[in-house]
Amino acid sequence: MTHPDATPTTPDAAPTTPDAAPTTPAPDGTPTDGVTPAPRDPLGTGTTPAHLPPDALRTALAERLTPAARTWLDHALDEAATHPGTHGPIAVWELRLAEAGRRCGPDHADAARVLILHAARADADALTRAYQQGTADERRAVLHALPHLVPGPGALPLVEDALRTNDTRLVAAAVGPYAARHLDAHSWRHALLKCLFTGVPVDHAADLARRARADTELARMLTDYAAERTAAGRTVPEDLHRVLALTESGTAASGPAAPHAEES
Amino acid sequence: MRIFDPHIHMTSRTTDDYEALHAAGVRAVVEPSFWLGQPRTSPDSFRDYFDALLGWEPFRAAQYGIAHHCTIALNPKEANDPRCTPVLDELPRYLVKDRVVAVGEIGYDSMTPAEDTALAAQLQLAADHGLPALVHTPHRDKLAGLRRTLDVVRESALPTDRVLVDHLNETTVKEAKDSGAWLGFSVYPDTKMDEVRMVALLRAHGPERVLVNSAADWGRSDPLTPRKVGDLMLAEGFTEDDVDRVLWRNPIDFYGLSGRLTLDPAGTGEATHEGNSILRGGE
Ligand SMILES: [Zn+2]
Repeated sequence: MTHPDATPTTPDAAPTTPDAAPTTPAPDGTPTDGVTPAPRDPLGTGTTPAHLPPDALRTALAERLTPAARTWLDHALDEAATHPGTHGPIAVWELRLAEAGRRCGPDHADAARVLILHAARADADALTRAYQQGTADERRAVLHALPHLVPGPGALPLVEDALRTNDTRLVAAAVGPYAARHLDAHSWRHALLKCLFTGVPVDHAADLARRARADTELARMLTDYAAERTAAGRTVPEDLHRVLALTESGTAASGPAAPHAEES
Repeated sequence: MRIFDPHIHMTSRTTDDYEALHAAGVRAVVEPSFWLGQPRTSPDSFRDYFDALLGWEPFRAAQYGIAHHCTIALNPKEANDPRCTPVLDELPRYLVKDRVVAVGEIGYDSMTPAEDTALAAQLQLAADHGLPALVHTPHRDKLAGLRRTLDVVRESALPTDRVLVDHLNETTVKEAKDSGAWLGFSVYPDTKMDEVRMVALLRAHGPERVLVNSAADWGRSDPLTPRKVGDLMLAEGFTEDDVDRVLWRNPIDFYGLSGRLTLDPAGTGEATHEGNSILRGGE
């Protein structure tokens, strides 16, 4: 939808209620009704900025920016590379991070911000500051940047913060490759359940098949949730059946990935 | 009828209101920072509030097809509280954010020296950040307050035509209009304007540079008053174009001065023009 006349999603959409639990069923019985649209694909790469190596991301983005935006981004990346770090009240790359939306357009802001964070070689501390001082859009970009910039679990508090929110765009970004790699089994299962609760397509969850494989505890949680919905006269989301099927295959690998097992 | 409410405190409203706003034709809102009813005691609570205006609130609005923007400032009332004034030092890092379309609401409450200082400092911040300013006029001693406000604006680095003076009424409209500022009217039960008086003012002074808002907040307010003004304008012989100008194009022209309007609630990438993704329908 590209016009403000766009039809709003249903008023029963769970993430807009004070409590995440969809206590009010939507008219069609689904837990939520299209709250989070299917992942948009502005780069035409079929993936998010969290999954694409920064070089490929820059190439894909450059092809799609207007000349003015491309010039702005090139300059912003040069500045970030030349002046990394977080000295003073605001670093120049933090300024560029803040204005990336209006410079590159909302469709390309995530990718531009990930590239700025990468050019500034932001470590866990710098990313934490950018997240804590950022708008929701900046926070989403930080989450997408984690797999490219933080080798260890040091930035997990940011993922956990995003998973506590009711902003489905943040929840969707939080369950990306960094969470797949580092989130412990208990937190990962709850993250997945939250996706089902809030209508975030489980396709957002990185490495889903591997982490769900032979996870009997996740299977129990899903089965219980399905029973609760059935008892309430509601339908069970299709995604739940998909994940349940994944838990029934293979042998267990439900913990975080071994270090170095993934692309960086 | 497409409506842009240029002054509404959605933080204080329920999600039902977003649904009602959309049904009434509202597709864009600006939420000015203001007083919460309960005094704040530290800059930290301002930070959490500003973060909500740049995080949760635009998300909530987008669920209902409404583009949400905000204005950031230390409000006039709390400018008098030394526990709050240190937040002035933190405003610059907020004023660079996307979706911050003005400094505001600033202005006078009791016309104290502390309010003088905060108003002048924040007009300078607006000039420094390429932003217009939303200046509220006081509830008490309104005409004197307007005159003092306009004096401070004229002494500032911010041109008067980048200032929206709000909460105007019959006694203040003429001087505000003569100053060259943009003219804001809050149609708010009992304490501010009502629909009938608003339409009479539009007839007397014309629709140029006039913005109509609900100023809806935690008080006994009505978020749908702009729609009621539009309906009454049509009933009293104004054209559809007049209504569109007052309720849609004037707010876009004013806040568009920031270069940061994105009237695309889902962020789905409307083509941008000089940083503004300004949808103008058939224009
Ligand atoms: Zn107000």
